[in-house]
Amino acid sequence: MSTTSAPSEAVLDSPLNSKRRQRRRRPDGAADRAKKTLTSKWATAGAIIIAVLWTIPTAGLFITSFRPEEEIEGSGWWTIFSNWGFTFDNYIEVLTTTGASSANLGSYFINSIVVAIPATLFPLVLASLAAYAFAWIKFRFSAAIFIGVFALQIVPLQMALIPLLQIFSGVLGISGTFPAVWIAHTIFGLPLAIFLLHNFIAEIPRDVIEAARVDGANHFQTFFRIVLPLAMPALASFAIFQFLWVWNDLLVALVFSGGGVDVAPLTQRLAELSGNYGRNVHRLPAAAFISIIVPLIVFFSLQRYFVRGLLAGSTKG
Amino acid sequence: MGAGPVGAQLAEFVHAVLPAARRGDFWGPTFEKFGVLIIGVAAFAAVIGLVLFFADRTPKRIRDVVQLTVFVAPALLLLLIGLVYPAVQTIYLAFTDRQGEWVGIDNFVWMFTQQEILRVLGNTLVWVLLVPALSTAIGLAYAVFIDKSAGEKVLKSLVFLPMAISFVGAGIIWRFMYEYRAEGYEQIGLLNQIIVWFGGEPHQFLIESPWNTFFLILVMIWIQTGFAMVLLSAAIKAVPAEIIEASRLDGANAWQQFWNVTVPGIRSTLVVVVTTITIATLKVFDIVRTMTGGNYGTSVVANEMYTQAFNRAEWGQGAALAVVLFIMVLPIIIYNVRVMRKQREIR
Repeated sequence: MSTTSAPSEAVLDSPLNSKRRQRRRRPDGAADRAKKTLTSKWATAGAIIIAVLWTIPTAGLFITSFRPEEEIEGSGWWTIFSNWGFTFDNYIEVLTTTGASSANLGSYFINSIVVAIPATLFPLVLASLAAYAFAWIKFRFSAAIFIGVFALQIVPLQMALIPLLQIFSGVLGISGTFPAVWIAHTIFGLPLAIFLLHNFIAEIPRDVIEAARVDGANHFQTFFRIVLPLAMPALASFAIFQFLWVWNDLLVALVFSGGGVDVAPLTQRLAELSGNYGRNVHRLPAAAFISIIVPLIVFFSLQRYFVRGLLAGSTKG
Repeated sequence: MGAGPVGAQLAEFVHAVLPAARRGDFWGPTFEKFGVLIIGVAAFAAVIGLVLFFADRTPKRIRDVVQLTVFVAPALLLLLIGLVYPAVQTIYLAFTDRQGEWVGIDNFVWMFTQQEILRVLGNTLVWVLLVPALSTAIGLAYAVFIDKSAGEKVLKSLVFLPMAISFVGAGIIWRFMYEYRAEGYEQIGLLNQIIVWFGGEPHQFLIESPWNTFFLILVMIWIQTGFAMVLLSAAIKAVPAEIIEASRLDGANAWQQFWNVTVPGIRSTLVVVVTTITIATLKVFDIVRTMTGGNYGTSVVANEMYTQAFNRAEWGQGAALAVVLFIMVLPIIIYNVRVMRKQREIR
């Protein structure tokens, strides 16, 4: 880790590299020494304070989401035992009631799913093809183009929003539909995806690729039979990162989804509810947890891949 | 309704959700949406499949060119149409007014003469100074504190968890922390309750300028600290034991070891963490949007850009703000490209 400096290099290079790194990380590491001297009572106390401070806001909102309306508006969640109340009413209300002024989150939840799945698959497929070409097909300017793609990762997507919306509404006439959101997310996801997958695919030993080529496999066969199966960990990391990015995104959704119940995802509805804070105090905690639940499941079940994808992709957007 | 045994509540929940889901106004559109999903994915697969199929059967003479095209063209074309061209177009738009007439640098003059927009730029500067520094410092401290301690994994998860939550979700979580009730009423926001417990009077944290910006910044720090912690923790573990051992034999105390050995050992990771958080901070939009909507003097460049362009249809002014954002990340882009080119030469 200490030898790398490009943001994404640090995480997802190759299976070989990670082994090398593991070997370097001996049980009797630097941290162990530091611990003996630094880990005093103060360090433990500091760690506990930070951990508690960082957990309280989420825990508090979680408790609040199960309290009856009058309790939410009348007392703090920390008084839960003196003002006891437990109910699913808030969840029922935000999920099931439909109509302009109600939360209607059931429909928005579906929208989030319909947005996120293609917006994850499309860039994955296109980027793996491009990454293979950059890594294993020789062509003119390949290095320069690749560096250009790498630099695009960091360009703020705000730079592209206005003209892209003009293309979508003026030229293609698809603004405010699912395909518009898919295409926007695909485009914004490509630079990172290409960079990440290229780093991984380029580390596949040359012998493996050449053996396939000598056996008469063309690039397509090499790509599908050799490269894709070997690149699975990198594909999984990117897929998870992109899925969460799309699921949690608000800006792209606001600009390209049209903002209605037909297409807009959960985040957009949540932001709207939050804008009408006063009227929605008792709905917001439950609504927030409905949108958080999917990332949390991903977080706890796939933490290893999640961390890798996140670390590699944190410059995106 | 109201309070009742958990089991009964759960049953009630199921009874309420199922019939509602069976109503036509949910399932009709839902089936339609999943239809769009399936058709979309199938169409994409069909196009890719057909292109690959035909590219595989082209005459040998041109096959290499065709194959290369099939591999790189779709991605590059999308990037050109969807990112490169729009970025160039945005730079052009930054010099036009809302009717699309060329106005020279008027939009930039506007930006630097309007009190309101100067405030936005100032806020962004405060964000960029505080968030990377504090998130990295707290993340580093926490990483050192918990290193090799019992339950390190759980402790890590607790601080890392906010990273998985959307900025919108985080905004709502913190709105409840900051919630204000007038003096004399029971507080429902924890922060004000603590102030009241200590005998102070409650504050409207999100409205009282200029401090409200700091309370928004706190949310971003809450999110980014976990990211800094995870990366730095991994870097700390990779510092070779021999060096630490040597400095210990030289009689360095814990504090000296930390500054003279650990920090230099993780320098490059520190750079990565700080630049990454800086970029994320420059582009922060959702937190401001959800918590204050950019009102009460809390707006930042990314939020103002959206407001100008999409709420007020001031496309030129919005584009100019986007260009400012781009100029602010430009040094980081150049730095990263240089590092990357060096690495490719080594390889």
